[in-house]
Amino acid sequence: MHCQVQDLDTLDRRLIDSYQRGLPVCTRPFHAVAERLGTSEAEVIARLERLQSLGVLSRVGPVFDHARAGASLLAAVAVPEAERDAFAELINAAPGVNHNYAREHDYNLWFVMTAPDGPELDARLDALEARLAAPILRLPMLEGFHIDLSFPIPWAELERT
Amino acid sequence: MSVSTCPSRSAPNSDKQNPNALNREAPGLDAADRAIVLVTQAGLPLVPDPWGAVGREVGMSGEEVLSRMQRMQARGVIRRVAAVPNHYRLGYVANGMTVWDVDDAHIARLGREVATIEGVSHCYRRPRHLPHWPYNLFAMLHGRSFDEVERQAEALRERLGEACRDYRILYSSRILKKTGLRLAGAQPDAASTDTAQQG
Repeated sequence: MHCQVQDLDTLDRRLIDSYQRGLPVCTRPFHAVAERLGTSEAEVIARLERLQSLGVLSRVGPVFDHARAGASLLAAVAVPEAERDAFAELINAAPGVNHNYAREHDYNLWFVMTAPDGPELDARLDALEARLAAPILRLPMLEGFHIDLSFPIPWAELERT
Repeated sequence: MSVSTCPSRSAPNSDKQNPNALNREAPGLDAADRAIVLVTQAGLPLVPDPWGAVGREVGMSGEEVLSRMQRMQARGVIRRVAAVPNHYRLGYVANGMTVWDVDDAHIARLGREVATIEGVSHCYRRPRHLPHWPYNLFAMLHGRSFDEVERQAEALRERLGEACRDYRILYSSRILKKTGLRLAGAQPDAASTDTAQQG
């Protein structure tokens, strides 16, 4: 699973450690990164491409805040375990659904519903609820305390695995 | 060669939360912003001038794309523009959604406190739905093992103390769908982890 980590050199690791929290949003962002790391723009771009193709980076780009880019909420339904996948397919097919996890609880399907605005969000949830014939637990964010910080990458530990 | 310098490594952190954010507001993105979101949500083109490349796709100049990106970031629509690691690939193989029934009188303070505990990525207050759902505080935990996640949960429980009546760890048994932010017409973004448990 972590087989690639030995192939990541110091510059790769510095790129990840330093820029998971944010790249400069300026005219030539990779040039700015290169200047700080003491390398060339072409090198930075080549490294990022490789890290992306290895799957170490999911992507290089904007991280959007759903709540501000539109309306969204966390939702859950309790469905019979044997029919879970069939229900999951219905949920995945509904417009606006962008995460769907099976979780170990009576509420065993958890998904995020999104829409351009609040009324449309409600309409989508109502339509899906009718389709599922099961009540949807609606859990909008009321207050956010800590969202989406980066993690220290345990390079040394990964080396040993 | 015209290369602008950037004042700081990362843009001002816009993760500071609006305590009254009910996330029901109108998005406030115009058609041009939405076009940019659609083209960039799966990642930027890795070229010297990514804004120009995006601009060619959406029919505007690179300068316009950059200035709209900066504005969306200033407004918090974009949290950051980053090299987004695949944490699973980098050792964070265990995650648990923990849900807590916390005394409403103390939740604002306690929510801020537990959010600082190591391993917590997202921490939100959400409504209870009694009698089936008594939990009003959600914290996503990430660890290098399930044991580590259990220890993190124990640290949260200790911090919450007597204000916490009950809690559960809901491990994900299966990922059934996972995409980044999607606006109408967008293609699924295969591997984003950063938007998990939004909303």
